[in-house]
Parts: sequence; structure tokens; C-alpha cells
Amino acid sequence: MAQQKDDPTMKIALTSLFVDDQRAALAFYTDVLGFTKRHDIPLGDDFWLTVVSPEAPEGPELLLEPSAHPAVKPYREALAEDGIPLAQFAVDNIEAEHARLVSRGVVFTQPPTDVGVAVVAVFDDTCGNLIQLIEMKSAGD
Amino acid sequence: MICKPSLAYSVFVVDVFRALDDETRRLVLDELSVRDGQTLFEICSVLTMRHGLSLTRQAISQHLGVLESAGLVVTERRGRAKFHFFNRDPLSEITGRWPSRKTTPP
Repeated sequence: MAQQKDDPTMKIALTSLFVDDQRAALAFYTDVLGFTKRHDIPLGDDFWLTVVSPEAPEGPELLLEPSAHPAVKPYREALAEDGIPLAQFAVDNIEAEHARLVSRGVVFTQPPTDVGVAVVAVFDDTCGNLIQLIEMKSAGD
Repeated sequence: MICKPSLAYSVFVVDVFRALDDETRRLVLDELSVRDGQTLFEICSVLTMRHGLSLTRQAISQHLGVLESAGLVVTERRGRAKFHFFNRDPLSEITGRWPSRKTTPP
């Protein structure tokens, strides 16, 4: 057994979203949102499909996971009805990103909204999920 | 017999007054006045971040239910999400009963 460090820390290496169709999801997450494909490995009828931010190619991966499990549909429908996003992506300029995505046909359930420490917005990822964008305000604001 | 229409009216107005007799519900209407058509998630986040309220999502959902049964909030499903809108019509019933008077200076 490896020697334990005094200060063990965990990093978030991978998190996942269920998507209706993995190929459509890959297209949306790369072409529209701007992520980069990291892994695309056949697994039976599906794929181990992950994307990363081009700014952090070794950073946390987002797994675009098949949504065939029967629990997924009611889970996502109930959350979408209440407008609850399943992931949050950070951007430098949320107004510009909002305008860019709207011009690409992306539907927002919440436009950029000032909530004090940050500006947030919520959009539909066309794969069954709501996603929150956040622009943190700098300390000087 | 002549009381019946006014009885229905009172029950209706009582619901409106009860719905308004709560600071959280008044804040919900304030926020919907600023931006109409919000999801439960958005209402929760603005109440928490702008007004410092620490209510559960379930509690806010119940407040919205009270406003909706009084007719002050109506909901509409667009796509997969449900949006809440401020309906001012019940308020005009109140101002109709006690219309504001233009005061003329003496």
C-alpha cells in the first residue's frame, strides 16, 4: 500500500451528464459550446464519450453518458420543469456568450441575471439538460 | 340572495389579501415585476442572492402555490420548463372597490 500523504486531497477528475443522443450531444458540446473531445471509446452500443475545456485539456472531463436507464427520464423531466440546471460552466463574459449562443439557436430559460457576487444564466443543452453559465465578478466590483 | 355575488367576491378578495400578507410572497411579486416569466429555480436564486432569504425550494414552491390559487401568479409551460407570471388582474378588483381619488388642493 502506498504511503499516505499527510494532506491527502481529491480532485474532481470526471463528472457526467445524461444525454439523449451521444452523437448529437458531442456535436452540441464541441461545435456550439466549444469543448474539445477527449475520449470516444466504443462500449457495446454506446460510447465512453468525454469532453474537456480547451483551456484545461488535462482538467476535469465531462462524460456525456447515455440516458437509457429508466430512472433518467423522470429525474430529468422533474428538474427541467422547475428550471434546475445539472451543471455549471464558468465563462469570462456571460453577456457575450449569451449573445453568441442565442445566435446559434440556443434557448435560455433564464437570461443573464445579476445575483450579486456573479451573473448567471440557464440554457437548454438540447440533449435533455439545463446548464447554468456563471461569470464571477472580480473582487473589485 | 342579494348577498351571493358579493360573497363570492369577498372570498376571492380574501384570498388575494391572504396571499399578499407575507413578505416573501410580496418579494416574489416584486421580482416578477422586474422580470416576468421565471422558473422556480430562478425565483429561488434571486430570493436567496438578492434578498438574503434562506428558504428551501419546497417552501418557495408552496408560496408560489398560494399566489397561484389567489390568481396573482399564473404558470405556463414552454418547452420542458414551467414559467411563473405575475397576473395583476386580482389587484384591479381591489382598486375597483376603493378607487383612488384625485385630491384637489384646497
